[in-house]
Amino acid sequence: MRTSLKKIVVLSTILTILGFSASSLLAGGNLLIKNATVMTVTSGVIPKGDVLIVNGMIKQIGQNLTAPPGTRVIEANGRYLIPGIIDTHTHIALSGTNEGTEAITPEVRMADVINADDPSIFTALTGGVTMVHTMHGSANPIGGVNVVLKLKWGKPSEELIVKEAFPTLKFALGENVKQSNRTLLPGRPQRYPATRMGANAIIRRELLKARDYMAEWDRYEKLRKSKNPPANLIPPRKDLRLETLAELLRGRLIARCHAYVATEMVEFLNLAREFGFKIGAFEHAWEAYKITDELLEAGVGVSVFIDSWAYKIEAAEGIAYNAAYCAQRGILVSINSDSSERIRRLFNEAGKAVKYGVTPDEALKMITINAAKQLGVDQIVGSIEVGKQADLALFSEHPMSAYTRCDLTIIEGEVYFDREKLLQEREAAAIKKGGN
Amino acid sequence: MNLKKIKSAIKQKISHSRLILYSILLVGLLVGWINPVKAAGPEDSEALAIVKVRIVPVVGEEIPEGTILIKNGRITEIGTTVSIPPDTRIVEAKGLTAYPGMIDSYSSLGLVEISGVAATVDNRETGRINPQVKAIEALKYDSMHIPIARANGILAAVVAPSGGLISGQSTLIKLHGWTNRQMAIKESLAMVVELPGIRGGRRGFMGMGQPAAVSTERALAELKQLFHKARMYEKRRAEAEKNLLLPRPDFDEVSHFLLPVVKGELPVIFSVQADKDIIQTIKFVQEEKIKAIFYGVHQGFKVAEEIKKSGIPCLIGSLYDLPPLWEDGYDALFLNPGILNRAGVKIAFSSSSSSAAKDLPYHAAKAAAFGLDRKEALKAVTIYPAEIFGVDKDLGSLEKGKLANLVLADGDLLELGTRIEKVFIEGKEVDLSNRYTELLEKFKRREKEKKP
Repeated sequence: MRTSLKKIVVLSTILTILGFSASSLLAGGNLLIKNATVMTVTSGVIPKGDVLIVNGMIKQIGQNLTAPPGTRVIEANGRYLIPGIIDTHTHIALSGTNEGTEAITPEVRMADVINADDPSIFTALTGGVTMVHTMHGSANPIGGVNVVLKLKWGKPSEELIVKEAFPTLKFALGENVKQSNRTLLPGRPQRYPATRMGANAIIRRELLKARDYMAEWDRYEKLRKSKNPPANLIPPRKDLRLETLAELLRGRLIARCHAYVATEMVEFLNLAREFGFKIGAFEHAWEAYKITDELLEAGVGVSVFIDSWAYKIEAAEGIAYNAAYCAQRGILVSINSDSSERIRRLFNEAGKAVKYGVTPDEALKMITINAAKQLGVDQIVGSIEVGKQADLALFSEHPMSAYTRCDLTIIEGEVYFDREKLLQEREAAAIKKGGN
Repeated sequence: MNLKKIKSAIKQKISHSRLILYSILLVGLLVGWINPVKAAGPEDSEALAIVKVRIVPVVGEEIPEGTILIKNGRITEIGTTVSIPPDTRIVEAKGLTAYPGMIDSYSSLGLVEISGVAATVDNRETGRINPQVKAIEALKYDSMHIPIARANGILAAVVAPSGGLISGQSTLIKLHGWTNRQMAIKESLAMVVELPGIRGGRRGFMGMGQPAAVSTERALAELKQLFHKARMYEKRRAEAEKNLLLPRPDFDEVSHFLLPVVKGELPVIFSVQADKDIIQTIKFVQEEKIKAIFYGVHQGFKVAEEIKKSGIPCLIGSLYDLPPLWEDGYDALFLNPGILNRAGVKIAFSSSSSSAAKDLPYHAAKAAAFGLDRKEALKAVTIYPAEIFGVDKDLGSLEKGKLANLVLADGDLLELGTRIEKVFIEGKEVDLSNRYTELLEKFKRREKEKKP
């Protein structure tokens, strides 16, 4: 207890230094949440806890806290306060998902097509979700560069982007890439690749090209920096496609790979070893339970559904034990929605993991701190700790219970969803309507 | 058995007279439609006592610790002081709670295996008017989804065809049996009619669903015409039987299979969503004097009083959906069951799925999170569907004389983390292994093999 407290103090001091500049930029809200069952996720549960938020950051966690005058006080009455839910795999808040006309499109960037008006943002907030990894689709073996957003409903798109997150590149394998469930339009040829062999081969081809491309630039830079650079020295042609892959090979981009079956995951691990790039997580990873040894050895986590399965052949061996079993084996597991509907009940999806063998605390981690780790933002969000950004959600019952309901969603100390207020507004609107 | 004799008699007399053939065939089919619940036979005579168990009978008071005595597939005694006869198998269930098995009031279990693979999908016939197709005749009794649903406490389900205006005949099954027919509780439960949805037709994946062909007004007008035609067909046929000079009308498949509907013998499940469509459909049902059940009922909360007055029960569609209209509020679908229930409408929850049929209890709990009384939520997956489908003499609660279809759970039946420890269908313990457990065990062996 004492050591963990010490850790928190040290961490919070470091973060206060870091956070100071961040919070002044954020200009987040001030709030005092009183009498909540505070589920910190990283350091246990405080039964009747208060959380003080100043400038969008968690300033103090404890009991009988007082707030500076003018601070809004929220009485939680024992309701459950959890870190804002993080969805590691979505396609919401985008005005495009798949650049499917070609198989290799790492040059496209989801940050270029953020749609801050997407009602899915609000939908997600009603389920306590505060942050999403919103991704290129799974049409291509190599898709585009993904983006992490905070769901600041009503704010312009630039303000949604989480710059601290790992930059990630979408890869995809299997049936979607092979286009095996698609009816060919007359006159339209089958796209390469149409097999899992081809999918692997095309990724390897592109990575080999990227290696050559990097070598060309290295040679150019060496010559340019040499004592007597040749007079007619011209730089190689800039290629945005290969440039992105070069960033992956340089370790400045991390792969997130949509994969279902065991073989394709094993082979992608081999590709990563062959080319020395990092894999952030396998997406969906329905057969991860078959290859836990390989995943552990590579240190690769999974971002999975709890039980949305059997919609295609490669999902027909997707068992609801997958998340729990992988977690028991020590793999970093997050649960994602991949859906603008499921996102608002992602906490229920996590709750199901309890049935299949993890504790409610462990299940809650799968949509908070584990997700934050997979996105590289666990220093700023994912748990209720002093010095972290105040992204929080308040639930009527234990968040892993089927009977729970999200009442309040807060991002950086600002309330983005308030059920009580919404009900009041609804009533007022009904009265107004009745009066006409 | 009588039915079989009649059918074989029919076969022998084929050459004699079409007249006799059709009338007997008709009687035979009707008997088939109003098939009674199949009770367990005397061969299952093992007596069984579940003891030291908490009992939530759904109908009647909760028993903190009691005994359930089972013989010949039925509950013979239930209570705190039950004397156990000799030669009774005892099942100790301390720490567990007995609940009646749940009933999924609308599913595609056994018709949809892997939704993206057409070869495994049998719920949607081509064309728009298909009263002749029967879910029971395509039911994949060994579907991988059935044991999974069973392991979650669902012991009976409505299986409904889908698509078009008249989708076909649904069936009510128990989730155990070695053939499709063995699973039938009611081979033909109700005709399924799909009226257009609020957004104009059913939505598919990423909004790529089939567009609605017609408005609800036109769909109901079309049904009216079909029903009228069926009645006229019946009349002309009856006349032709009486008067041999009159020509017999040509065989009309649609009219033929709509006859039990227009006679009020076979109910219709209307998939209906919008408030105004619900009102129109109530009027239609009353004018046509048919038996009706509503399904979906997304905007039921807007016309709860009218539904209550009509006496039509409602099967709630999947709550795994967004509100059909944003104006209704983000929580419209979650609030709907509670509002209907409080208005006095009889409701039952449904999974509306096969691969997610196991989630039935969570739909009920979600509605409870948004105002539906928890006890009512439990009733809406047990006794209410039993009543709606006319099988409450046998199913839906733990009461003396009912079939012993029950589950032993380690917690609240509707809770996400609850595990079902044992399942009994008609007094027999049923295996809980399923594709999930089998695959897990298979790949867990890898760990074991590593150990010296």
